Amino acid sequence: MSNRIDVKKTYKLFINGVFPRTESGRTYEVKSAKGSFIANPCLASRKDLKDAVVAARAAHHGWNKATAYNKGQILYRLAEMLEGRRAQFVDEIIAVTGATKAKAEKEVSESVDRLVWYAGWSDKISSLSGALNPVAGPYYNFTIPESMGVVAAIAPETPSLLGLIDVIAPIIVSGNTLVVLASSKAPLSAMSFAEVIATSDVPAGVINILTGMKDEIAPWMASHMDIDGFDITGLATKKHAEIRASGAENLKRIFAFKSHDPARILAFMEAKTVWHPIGL
Amino acid sequence: MSFYGLVDGTDTSLKNYLGSLSGVDQVGADARAAMLATRSIKTTSKRWAIDMAISMVDLTTLEGADTVGKVQALCTKAVRPDPTDLTVPSVGAVCVYNDMVATARKHLDLVGGQHVGVAAVSTAFPSGRASMPVKLRDTRDALDAGASEIDMVIDRGAFLSGHYIDVFNEIVAIKELCGTRAHLKVIFETGELVTYDNVRKASFLAMAAGADFIKTSTGKIAPAATAPVVLVMLEAVRDFYSMTQQRIGVKPAGGIRNTKDAIKQLVLVNETAGPEWLTPSLFRIGASALLNDLLMQRMKMDTGYYASPAYVTID
Repeated sequence: MSNRIDVKKTYKLFINGVFPRTESGRTYEVKSAKGSFIANPCLASRKDLKDAVVAARAAHHGWNKATAYNKGQILYRLAEMLEGRRAQFVDEIIAVTGATKAKAEKEVSESVDRLVWYAGWSDKISSLSGALNPVAGPYYNFTIPESMGVVAAIAPETPSLLGLIDVIAPIIVSGNTLVVLASSKAPLSAMSFAEVIATSDVPAGVINILTGMKDEIAPWMASHMDIDGFDITGLATKKHAEIRASGAENLKRIFAFKSHDPARILAFMEAKTVWHPIGL
Repeated sequence: MSFYGLVDGTDTSLKNYLGSLSGVDQVGADARAAMLATRSIKTTSKRWAIDMAISMVDLTTLEGADTVGKVQALCTKAVRPDPTDLTVPSVGAVCVYNDMVATARKHLDLVGGQHVGVAAVSTAFPSGRASMPVKLRDTRDALDAGASEIDMVIDRGAFLSGHYIDVFNEIVAIKELCGTRAHLKVIFETGELVTYDNVRKASFLAMAAGADFIKTSTGKIAPAATAPVVLVMLEAVRDFYSMTQQRIGVKPAGGIRNTKDAIKQLVLVNETAGPEWLTPSLFRIGASALLNDLLMQRMKMDTGYYASPAYVTID
């Protein structure tokens, strides 16, 4: 029998490489599958979103300029760090979802593997999707995909860890920076994953994670003039039309995805075409 | 010169005058500034504050890499900060190095900015390390080129060594040169003055010597315009007004980058010096990046969407 007092973790947000509380001071309750209290994560407000976008915008230039090799290394580093802490993630998944140990272990393993898979795409995506175009003139004409800028995302409710990683990895691997709203019912793995990010050489502001309610945050993500793309995979299908309409005002590119796929990377990239004169 | 009857221009009288000042309660000043920073300004008040702050901005570019083109672009922006919205007021002045004063004045007049002043940083800005003839010549240059405001730096070395009379005489000489042609702003570089007592002392010294404005910093050194320093200076102008019936302006500069910071400054002004100081002729904010944030906040209030820096100019 131990006399130690429980040391419980305070679940905060992850913005610009640090862990602030929400500016609103609000929290909400996360309960286990059986209904018992687990934690009080932050209930992020639109102003937390605004701060996160400012951080993401500031981080974009540097992250976009990092070499594909370097970005791949950093994604692989995320996988290494996650692997080293798998026990904690397994426990959190079991506590919140009531999943069996085997099922939770499988989700964490798949998450690690998924990070490695996307890390591998880093230095291949532009060669595979770029092109040398035939043109009727004395020019070389290249098309190369480039990152879009700041992308927002709503992570799916389940699986809370694997779903989050499927949202994060394809968006950042191309050089975008990201503001993601974690699963509302199971945000613990997301905030623990923020600790993995903080120790993996991901520059501050490249990945920002909020916890809170989709219905409160998603409309602000859609209407924000400084967010270039929006992954609404985690948003209920009946909300899609409204969000797409609001994002159309600022020409935001909005997509939802069903599985992991290199198309997820390309969705948040833009094609740049360069004309280079021959013989100069 | 009468110096408001506070000093007679001698070392002894200046030392007596500065010695009669009470010290600043550092803990109290920090706490008061922190408390005032928690005021929440919303909706119509915020809208009013944003426009007030825009009209108080001294839009500044003080880079070694400044070009004629950059100064001209800055002047155009100063007159009409948001070309798509004519209800946005012009800024208070543009603030440039001496050699850009003529360019700035000419371009402001060209784009309908006769009401926007040109502030020149002179007296060997930012260090102030030059001989007096050079500082005078520097200032005369700026005045001849059309500067309507002179931002001079004090000799911090002399001030910190206790040679107050040298600092005093310098300000008096520059003020004499400005005469009625230009307003004189005196920059303390509070980041180098170390204590709030020194800030208070420098404020009273500069005001007695004839400063029209007292200004925190050059913007080249951090910390610059922190809230407690501005509070101490605002208290100084308030007390100076009760002694002389003369209102001296205050200009915080450096480190005020967003709307929230600017509104905090306005709260400080209103609660310390009083609402009479809430005018561009008595309060200015030296800044460059701030204006874009004010414009973006204004757009947010108009459209209901968070704005993007892609819709405002880079400089």
